[in-house]
Amino acid sequence: MKSAVIVFPGSNCDRDLAVAFEAVTGRAPVMLWHAETSLPDGIDLIGVPGGFSYGDYLRSGAMAARSPVMRAVSEAAGRGVPVLGICNGFQVLTEAGLLPGALMRNAGLSFVCREVGLTVENSQSIFTNRYSAGEAVRFPVAHHDGNFVADAETLDRIEGEGRVAFRYTEQVNGSARDIAGIVNAGGNVLGMMPHPERVIETAHGRDDGRRLFEGLLEAVA
Amino acid sequence: MKTRIYVTLKNGVLDPQGKAIHHALEGLGFDGVDDVRQGKLIELDHADALSDEDLDAMCRKLLANTVIENYRIERG
Repeated sequence: MKSAVIVFPGSNCDRDLAVAFEAVTGRAPVMLWHAETSLPDGIDLIGVPGGFSYGDYLRSGAMAARSPVMRAVSEAAGRGVPVLGICNGFQVLTEAGLLPGALMRNAGLSFVCREVGLTVENSQSIFTNRYSAGEAVRFPVAHHDGNFVADAETLDRIEGEGRVAFRYTEQVNGSARDIAGIVNAGGNVLGMMPHPERVIETAHGRDDGRRLFEGLLEAVA
Repeated sequence: MKTRIYVTLKNGVLDPQGKAIHHALEGLGFDGVDDVRQGKLIELDHADALSDEDLDAMCRKLLANTVIENYRIERG
């Protein structure tokens, strides 16, 4: 499998995501700088990593979403290539219009950096097929703007279509309906605030996140 | 020519920063403020020929996130 990790100025989880991709696929991903205008041929999986792209100028993810490489990512997503956006990556994907809603300042105003409880809401997606529906997992979060906002109609629609992938089991950031991660209508784009790539081996304290990458490998291969 | 663009949160979108500012004002003894909403002011210095349509497109495509924000263009 050939994967790519997008790198923006200010990304800081790109290496963590690359390590997770390599650990599961056995092959190091291509690291793609934001100024690239096209993806290498045959990319099967794209990661949009966490961090503070462009210093969070204007809005978190706003500048990155308009960078040249994101046009290529949007085209690939349109062709069905799986795209995984974590933390700032989730913010970038909503700003790019690949996912609905927006991520606003945490309701408590504080930067939240800790492990949180989550429920896997939908185990049918390519990202969650190695989990059971309703399964409890724990992933770390580290964000200031993780407060998921969308109008009631959009929330009803994504819930009705089974597009909520993860929900918080505790108060974290004020997200609407405790939503921590969602997929697009096509099911090939996932955005989530928690960091599965930081919990892929027991040396990390737990390995709850590893199955997300293993499931992706299985779905893509 | 200068144009000012005001970006504000839509009604109904919770503004935790506005709330914190409100609390801080009350803490300083300023009573009588009912609500505080925080927004952004963006100033553009541009050619006179720049069209209203382009200014509007700038807001929709980048300056405001219309999922959560409204914008108002005040042409200089």
